[in-house]
Amino acid sequence: MVAVLERLGVACDFPAAQTCCGQPAYNAGCPDEARAVARQFLRAFRDAGHIVAPSGSCVSFAKLHLPPLFEAGSPEHQDAVAIAERLHEFSQFLVHVVGTEDVGAAFPHRVTYHDSCHLLRELGVKDEPRRLLARVRGLELVEMTSSDTCCGFGGVFSIKQPEISAAMAADKVDRIRRSGAECVVAGDAGCLMNIRGLMRRRGVNVRAMHLAEVLARS
Amino acid sequence: MSPEPVNLHRRFVTATREALANPELSRLLNEATVRLNERRAASVAAVPDWQALRERAHQIKKDALANLDALLARFEHEATAHGARVHHAPAAADACRIISDIARASGATSAVKGKSMVSEEVHLNAALAEAGVRAIESDLGEFIVQIAGETPSHIIAPALHKSRGDVSRLFAEKLGIPLTDDLETLTRAAREHLRAEFAAAGLGLSGVNLAVAETGTIVLLENEGNIRLSTSMPRVHVALMGIEKVIPRTADLPVFLTLLPRNATGQPMATYVSMLTGPRRPGELDGPDELHIVVLDNGRSALRADPVAREALMCIRCGACLNACPVYRTIGGHAYGTVYAGPIGSVISPYLQPAASAPDLPFASSLCGACAEVCPVKIDLPGLLVHLRGLAMRGDLAGERVAARGLQRIAMWMWAFAMRTPARYRLASRLLRLGLRPFVRDGWIRRLPGPAGGWTGARDFPAPAKKTFRQSWTAGLKR
Repeated sequence: MVAVLERLGVACDFPAAQTCCGQPAYNAGCPDEARAVARQFLRAFRDAGHIVAPSGSCVSFAKLHLPPLFEAGSPEHQDAVAIAERLHEFSQFLVHVVGTEDVGAAFPHRVTYHDSCHLLRELGVKDEPRRLLARVRGLELVEMTSSDTCCGFGGVFSIKQPEISAAMAADKVDRIRRSGAECVVAGDAGCLMNIRGLMRRRGVNVRAMHLAEVLARS
Repeated sequence: MSPEPVNLHRRFVTATREALANPELSRLLNEATVRLNERRAASVAAVPDWQALRERAHQIKKDALANLDALLARFEHEATAHGARVHHAPAAADACRIISDIARASGATSAVKGKSMVSEEVHLNAALAEAGVRAIESDLGEFIVQIAGETPSHIIAPALHKSRGDVSRLFAEKLGIPLTDDLETLTRAAREHLRAEFAAAGLGLSGVNLAVAETGTIVLLENEGNIRLSTSMPRVHVALMGIEKVIPRTADLPVFLTLLPRNATGQPMATYVSMLTGPRRPGELDGPDELHIVVLDNGRSALRADPVAREALMCIRCGACLNACPVYRTIGGHAYGTVYAGPIGSVISPYLQPAASAPDLPFASSLCGACAEVCPVKIDLPGLLVHLRGLAMRGDLAGERVAARGLQRIAMWMWAFAMRTPARYRLASRLLRLGLRPFVRDGWIRRLPGPAGGWTGARDFPAPAKKTFRQSWTAGLKR
């Protein structure tokens, strides 16, 4: 992600104080722990300008669910709202803030794109990754059926309900195979870890890459 | 001697495993949900102000819930003024007792039923059987499920889990017709069988889709005409409804008459819409002599008392969240173990059927949000599931406790402790990478210990990277 941004002339900084946004605790039903971790997130990014993350689920959590964890009107809530406004998911940032769809990438392979749930449904990001991939030299984009069906990761869901999760992942992998793609691309590392892990276990010879990894190729 | 209490968690795990190991069920679930989703999408696309309608319906329901007691009182007053008898049932057993008493008083030996999920919720058919009244399901899907000795697996399509072959064999066995898988023949066989039942039944039973407070009217939507027959042919009609069905005005109806059929089956409108205000009046040709409306609580007040979970009472039982849910599509309705399955089922069952709700239910979701996208009344189902997870982890959700809840809370506290400062984060990261190293083979981990083994049951886990991003950055990532 840094490589792509710098190629486009965007200067990047990495605040070392950052740890995690707190989403795993929130989704697990532990809002107190989520709040405690979210405070560190607020501290780390309080003075940042544009904040970019290569993760739909982190960005959707920090924008939509983190602010309501704090009492309306409190300084933490104000910080959270202010940070949420400056926070962008990677493909959104490229297309809407940097204002470009051609990042000078080349990746001559047949690629299919998986719509990660929070990226799609909470942030409304559907076209941006596809527009970016369409401008990658040599890349052929093929759509799988039901690209917007959950891959079964769901964070803690993948270990609390491992069999249901694996069945959902198997369905996703089946669709990836049938698309004829050599590589599946997504905007969330959790989805990719899940899909890649199942493909490896089943000997499915398709690569799984993050959008940023593809866009970094030249 | 009372039977051993069922461990609901174990039952859920077993039922899920059985469902996952059933390729025929998978095929049926996929076909049915894909078909229903496609029809819904096409039907919704034809309504340009769909989003505005959803918002309107949400507001009507929200206001109704805020004024529920007054609305129910108004509804009762109006319905009674039009000759209906309104009964109140605090719990399932009360509803069964009230309806059994009505049945006994009517002298009916058989009751013909329109599809009613709330009647499943209170186990009405069993109660009526004990009172000497044979309850006959007249909705085709419910009829199939009834003669098969099963329960519905979907809010709208009760026999979704049955293939055409299943129904052919079932009808040949139970209705005595020759084995055939011609749909028209099968449907005709059911129709002829049910015709006699409609004519003979002394009692008609139905649910209620919407109850209009302004006029005391109950509104019923259907496609087969069996509700129309069940509520007009028998001498006595009993309508069972949850307290949340009431809406203020007749003018509120059109938005729901638009949303419900399109969302449920992709139809622009239900084939039959019945608006019943009291029993048959002198001079009218059709209708029952008596109309009884049983208003059921059965945990709905508890749901209403939770300011966050209350939203779930807006549900108009369209079933679209089930069709959209990848978990439902994977395990089917029966695996949930409750009358209401899918996303809405996971939210309301702990309140309406705590004795049947596995503690897994709020956690059996990846929070993908597909349900919230299709909900006609904009219930924030993923938000409600997270809310219920919070209640479950605090031990505040009714029913069986989450397995190893204490340990899970300690684990989460430890995780948060590690995540709160960058120094601890870096230390935790280093410890984790060191801890995983013995499990790595060829850059991958095939078996993780303890609860994490759930992942590696079916998937490989990546070996930790040689360098973290943080380390690369500090070492001078800039090229």
